Amino acid sequence: MRAWTISKRVIKELFRDKRTLALMFLAPVLIMFLMKLIFAASTTTEVKVATVDLDGGIRTELNAVKHVAVVKKASVHAAKTALKNQKVDAVIQQTKSQHYRVTYANTDASKTALTKQAFKGALAANGTKQLKATTTKLQQTLVGLQQQVAAKTGSQVTATTTPKKASTGNVMITNHYAYGDKDTGFFDKILPILMGFFVFFFVFLISGMALLKERTSGTLERLLATPVRRSEIVVGYMLSYGILAVIQTIIIVLTTVYLMNVQITGSLLALMVVNFLLALVALAFGILMSTFARSEFQMMQFIPIVVIPQVFFSGIVPLDSLAHWVQNIAYILPLTYAGDAMTQIMMYGTKLSGLGLDIGILLVFLLGLTGLNILGLRRYRKV
Amino acid sequence: MTEKLLALNHLVKSFDGQRVLQDVDLDVLAGQIVGLIGPSGSGKSTVIKTALGMEVADGGTAKVLGATMPNRKLLGDIGYMAQNDALYEALTGQENLAFFGTMKGVSKAELGAEIAHVAKVVDLTVDLKRRVSGYSGGMKRRLSLAIALLGTPKLMILDEPTVGIDPALRRQIWAELGKLRDNGCGVLITTHVMDEAELVDEVALLLAGKIMAFGTPQALKTDYQVATIEDVFLKAEGVA
Repeated sequence: MRAWTISKRVIKELFRDKRTLALMFLAPVLIMFLMKLIFAASTTTEVKVATVDLDGGIRTELNAVKHVAVVKKASVHAAKTALKNQKVDAVIQQTKSQHYRVTYANTDASKTALTKQAFKGALAANGTKQLKATTTKLQQTLVGLQQQVAAKTGSQVTATTTPKKASTGNVMITNHYAYGDKDTGFFDKILPILMGFFVFFFVFLISGMALLKERTSGTLERLLATPVRRSEIVVGYMLSYGILAVIQTIIIVLTTVYLMNVQITGSLLALMVVNFLLALVALAFGILMSTFARSEFQMMQFIPIVVIPQVFFSGIVPLDSLAHWVQNIAYILPLTYAGDAMTQIMMYGTKLSGLGLDIGILLVFLLGLTGLNILGLRRYRKV
Repeated sequence: MTEKLLALNHLVKSFDGQRVLQDVDLDVLAGQIVGLIGPSGSGKSTVIKTALGMEVADGGTAKVLGATMPNRKLLGDIGYMAQNDALYEALTGQENLAFFGTMKGVSKAELGAEIAHVAKVVDLTVDLKRRVSGYSGGMKRRLSLAIALLGTPKLMILDEPTVGIDPALRRQIWAELGKLRDNGCGVLITTHVMDEAELVDEVALLLAGKIMAFGTPQALKTDYQVATIEDVFLKAEGVA
């Protein structure tokens, strides 16, 4: 089988090119890891809050909140100046008992949210403390009273300490979860698309370059001067890069799930199947595009035209708000379907059988592009 | 009568409205080396591409071993060597030979012996295990010729096989071509090294898509009343 011989040769060449291998296998992992770091960074946002006439207890509580620092300002004017000069991220002013006016710089949504949360927590904690103090006082005055009354007080104490524990616990945990949750939520949403994108991008580029090199070095011409079928060349390439794509997919999916702790509701295998399918589409696409390129540089020129738009239209940005004709562009891009399928699997646990449309369209892309490639080789040999 | 291995009849070919070949007739018989000479842009490469079936003529026929080209299966009987080396640099010489051998349809059982044979012919036996990227220019050229020799083709088509190689190697290649001819192989070779044109059995002079002259080197020199093929070339071109 000539196709198999061709794919064995392509693999042999690839495995001797360590840099390209590293690009295919390590670069996606590195980029995903960096993205995870960048998105996770917002959980450690530090805010500085200026307080004016704020109750001492609340201030202490607020200061105790992780990542929040409190500065006491003598006047509203001084506080506002600090806010303007970006010395602080928010100003909390107590106008009278239980009335607070909070001004946020609001240049960073996560900082604003953190301040809100911290302040709420501080208020609650302070309230519980006061309540506790009151209860203790109450307890002291009630000492010596009848058993019945004492019992009642006891129950009152339990009743009040329970919310205290809950709310102080809440301050710590809520702060953490509120941000972790929100940001991971965003990362979660774009992750399946990103994963697909990296598979698409690297396979597209490397397979396109490989065939281009074969063309420019003259080996394609020599190959076509043998009785090999055009389809055997295309299938040979699909096979070899398919094997590579399987390895790449496994690495990317496993690092995503285990190294970055991204939760996958559906099956890991289904995710890999979709990724693999996308890789094959990218492969066929890369080979097709390489026939329109005269040099490696011209191949690179396809990146902004062919690869980057896929990211925009594949669901990282919600398309609902866009004009209809813009939304329609998404339907002709393979990444849209792969991204949708992977989102379904990761977030909703949809099974492969429930993704017939997405998979079907990817298969149509694959077959169509493969056919075009076999046809395209006619340019170099007329049989 | 000796077998006509390659028969080009009234070939006409245009690219983008520009006529590259006009009425080219050329035969290569078994046991014959035919040299195709002509300046750059005269259509030599187009003649070769049409003979291989990479291009289809607009008019006329190209037949190899009696069958009309393009014909994929017949390519197994043609040994083709292009102007560039066309080798996989990341692979060893052995791997290159094995790959193209398989592509040509050499059976697995014969492949080993076949590789050993062609490697010996081009004197590359000791270097087969090395990667091509470490080969010198001459070694690459020889490996390229060895690939063309795989599968004992009946017809060899060589596009400027001796470009950029030293005289000793050139002589070696010509000696090998002579052996092939003696074994009944037909060879079509393009060149613009004029003293090489003296070595062939028949010379075809291609100018502006037309065969201006065809015959043995001696006959051409007599016809044009000059001393060398180079002078024939210049005279035909109208320079001298």
